Amino acid sequence: MSQLDYLAPVTPEEAVRALGAAGARPMAGGTDLLVQLRAGRTRPDVIVDLKRIAGAIGVRQEAGGFVIGAATSGAVLGEHEALVKAWPGVIEAANLIGSTQVQGRATLAGNLCNASPAADSVPAMIAARATCVVVGPGGRREVPVEAICTAPGKTSLSPGEFVLEIKLPPRPARASDAYLRLIPRTEMDIAVAGAAVNLVLDAQGVITEAHVGLGAVAPTALLVPEAGQALVGSKLDEAALARLDAAARAACRPISDKRGTAEYRTKIAGVLARRAAAIAYKRAGGAA
Amino acid sequence: MSDVLDRPDIGHNADDHLKVVGTRPIRPDGADKVTGRAAYGADFNMPGQLVGKVLRSPHAHARIVSIDAKKARALPGVKAVITGADFPNLADEFHEGGEAASNLRDMAMNVIARDKALYHGHAVAAVAAISSAIADEALALINVTYEVLPHVVEVEDAMAEGAPLLHPRMFTEGLEAKPDKPSNVAKRNRIARGDLDAGFAAADVIVEGRYTTKATHQGYIEPHATVASWAADGQCNVWSSSQGQFMVRTYCAKVLGKEISDIRVTPAEIGGGFGGKTVIYLEPLALALSRESGHPVKMIMSREEVFRATGPTSGAVMHVRLGAKKDGTLTAADVELKYQAGAFPGSPVGAGSMTALACYDIPAFRITGYDVVTNTPKVAAYRAPGAPISAFAVESAMDDLALKLGIDPIALREKNAVHNGTKAAYGPTFQNIGYVETLQAIRDTEHYRTPLGPNQGRGMAVGFWFNVGGESTAAVNINEDGTAVVVTGNPDIGGSRASMAMMAAETLGIAVDKVRPMVADTASIGFSMLTGGSRTTFATGMAVVQSAEKVIAELKRRAALIWDVNVDHVMWKDGSAWCLDPAKADEKPLSLEAIAGQSARTGGPITGQTSLNAQGAGPGFAVHLCDVEIDPETGHVTVLRYSAAQDVGKAIHPAYVEGQIQGGVAQGVGWALNEEYIFDRDGHMENAGFLDYRVPVASDLPMIDAILVEVANPRHPFGAKGVGEAPIVPPLAAVANAVRRATGVRMADLPLSPPKIRAVLDAKGG
Repeated sequence: MSQLDYLAPVTPEEAVRALGAAGARPMAGGTDLLVQLRAGRTRPDVIVDLKRIAGAIGVRQEAGGFVIGAATSGAVLGEHEALVKAWPGVIEAANLIGSTQVQGRATLAGNLCNASPAADSVPAMIAARATCVVVGPGGRREVPVEAICTAPGKTSLSPGEFVLEIKLPPRPARASDAYLRLIPRTEMDIAVAGAAVNLVLDAQGVITEAHVGLGAVAPTALLVPEAGQALVGSKLDEAALARLDAAARAACRPISDKRGTAEYRTKIAGVLARRAAAIAYKRAGGAA
Repeated sequence: MSDVLDRPDIGHNADDHLKVVGTRPIRPDGADKVTGRAAYGADFNMPGQLVGKVLRSPHAHARIVSIDAKKARALPGVKAVITGADFPNLADEFHEGGEAASNLRDMAMNVIARDKALYHGHAVAAVAAISSAIADEALALINVTYEVLPHVVEVEDAMAEGAPLLHPRMFTEGLEAKPDKPSNVAKRNRIARGDLDAGFAAADVIVEGRYTTKATHQGYIEPHATVASWAADGQCNVWSSSQGQFMVRTYCAKVLGKEISDIRVTPAEIGGGFGGKTVIYLEPLALALSRESGHPVKMIMSREEVFRATGPTSGAVMHVRLGAKKDGTLTAADVELKYQAGAFPGSPVGAGSMTALACYDIPAFRITGYDVVTNTPKVAAYRAPGAPISAFAVESAMDDLALKLGIDPIALREKNAVHNGTKAAYGPTFQNIGYVETLQAIRDTEHYRTPLGPNQGRGMAVGFWFNVGGESTAAVNINEDGTAVVVTGNPDIGGSRASMAMMAAETLGIAVDKVRPMVADTASIGFSMLTGGSRTTFATGMAVVQSAEKVIAELKRRAALIWDVNVDHVMWKDGSAWCLDPAKADEKPLSLEAIAGQSARTGGPITGQTSLNAQGAGPGFAVHLCDVEIDPETGHVTVLRYSAAQDVGKAIHPAYVEGQIQGGVAQGVGWALNEEYIFDRDGHMENAGFLDYRVPVASDLPMIDAILVEVANPRHPFGAKGVGEAPIVPPLAAVANAVRRATGVRMADLPLSPPKIRAVLDAKGG
């Protein structure tokens, strides 16, 4: 008979030790893991719950940026005024996951480490140039968010490693972000395609820095530097938007499946990138 | 007995006398449901119960060569393993339910496969064990040897020459000559009248189209669940969520070869059925596992099992050709319907054919229907079975006709509408119908006159459903404190407890909160057909009213005894007996409570029971109006506004009638926009869960304005007609017609999901 153990360590070091056991899986909110467990898609021997680790739930401001504990729920993020003001795109992406009930548990770190190409918060974190603090038997390292997922369901984390924190960088003035996804319904659905845009403007409204993340159009969420470059130096005029649309589409390597054809996903990635850029630009104080 | 009694003069045919009927009290089952106290199928438990689980076919079509369960039986904690060999082989026998006739032999073979698995998910074996984990382990230890066979999913593929045959001894019924080769086409039906060629020859314009719909599931929130106990003396108890405890009893008896009196079925609260719980799946398996193990056995389907092995309704391919004069008068209609039946014959193509042209008075028409078996789950009834599918095709074509002729779509329907006295396309002559009144109700809405914005479109469509009556039993028991219990045998899937209590209260002349409606088990009330066909408020309601009238007759007799007068000198009014004997002019009225309180001295308990076979259910007509907005870049459709008018006869509880209409629209919008069974090349459903099988969520829908049109049905004591099914008939076409008008492109293949719409807009060069 298979047996399932549950451990709730209170320090990162304890968690690392617990995750060293064969068949151990970390759990943040559990909104993916428990569903997979019930469906028989995963059969861990040990669940290591990260929620009791000091600092795992909560947001702290540090060196002008934000540090988000791995087990911090979407509901907590959505109520953090400074965070929402600085990173509205990241938070709107996080708050799109699941339903109101799921928001009470679902986390950025869990959304990332589940490694679904369609995860809503991941393109937004990538566009935000967020980083992860990874702890494991070899100690602590800090890596960009886009370095975590390697393929659907697969991450670059070594055995025993887990994401302890997610860091969002400091915000200059006249900067903002936005995330949009396409779902056939209006909520409680999974992205057919998603796009995040993070912009920094100068005093004249000229874009000085731009980052674009795309979801559900490749085996992992993508950082698309060409799409960001397409906007830099512009005031988001039609030509810049057309360049962005084309660069976003060019980066897509989607599959056709029950959620949409490759052709459709590619077109939508361009549409969503344009629309997200317009929202981010306006939020950053640019004249629409 | 007859279903109509000489009715005492209690004034319930004139609306202005009604005190309870037509009001909106809180439903008797409401508090339990909103507080989570209601006991659904999975909430019941028995001491010592085991967990039952089903092993399902991993193949869409395969011969079962052998089943080796030795290892599973040897696993500690496993108490029983059963296969098809543990069930009797039945002969063909048709049983008339509430929605459609079922072949019991096919039903038995759908419950558990015998020599062949006919779809991915078909039950092949079942186990009972002391825990869920052990049951899962046992399933993995059953070694089934399959010979995989070619399979067929799409209806036209199944009809094609050389298609893999599901039932090699099945020959198409209904052809002029008996075919010499077997076929997946179980039956061809045809309804025709007039000279079709002459009709088309007389037409000024002809519209024509090919339309397709995908299989969709009823999508009830509560998965199938049961607890079954087979005692040592062979007496069986079943608790389960279904649309009919008597249906469960009959089918279990047949599938297991038992006498009906050996089985008692207690209905659980039902978390949605929509026709999908008019058949059995788990109950006979749980009973057989209980028989083998000696323990009660509980079985609950997962959502994935619900999708793979129950429901759905048919996917279909249809052709419609309509001919009309320039003024819009229809001259001819030719309709061809090909419906997927799933693994066994019995698609709703018959009802789809009969309803297809039921709203129209056409001199010449031909409707041809094909019932086609496919390697997919056997279809089950789904709310107005078959009618939304054929209505999608016919109403889409009617909309094209309106566009082609430049005629207002309501005016086009009015011009060709059936009226009282019209002989319906499916045979009978309409009486007491409210179709043109319902068309007028939509024309009169502010909605119909409101201007549209860019990328918006407005569609309308009409729909028809027969509604049925049938066999029902009801009892009204008066308690010693003057309250009443109404006992019926119909699970409450649409607010029927409320309507039963209200009709009893109205008839007796007491307050509705003095009446407690109960849904009883099969040993506690006489037979009733299942809750389906929109029959319960009509037929069971009729039995409730007649039972209440018997109670009134008895109350009058008791009052006459108390007063020592002739019963002819007692009148029942406003919940009291009134003495009309001039010699006893001083007698004060005796209330129901006063008579009940002394019933022991006047002859014992006061009860009334009625069993009947109700005839004369009034058909329902629905007219829907839908506004959509298209996002041209994404192809996403937003339903902006929806108005649904329906002839309901008389709304016993208007809020719950409106709820039925809104629910039907919600399901129809889902069917139109996103719901579909998606199969991979192996015939496996790819989206067996609510994430990728997309029923609408609340935020997908606008407020749905339900408009009640009341053209009374004289066969019912208060004029009621069935209301639950007609509202799902028009939405598929209403949405598609709105999309047509928003995009300028006719989209004839459901669902109208965003990728399809974007592709159509790109092809149009938009």
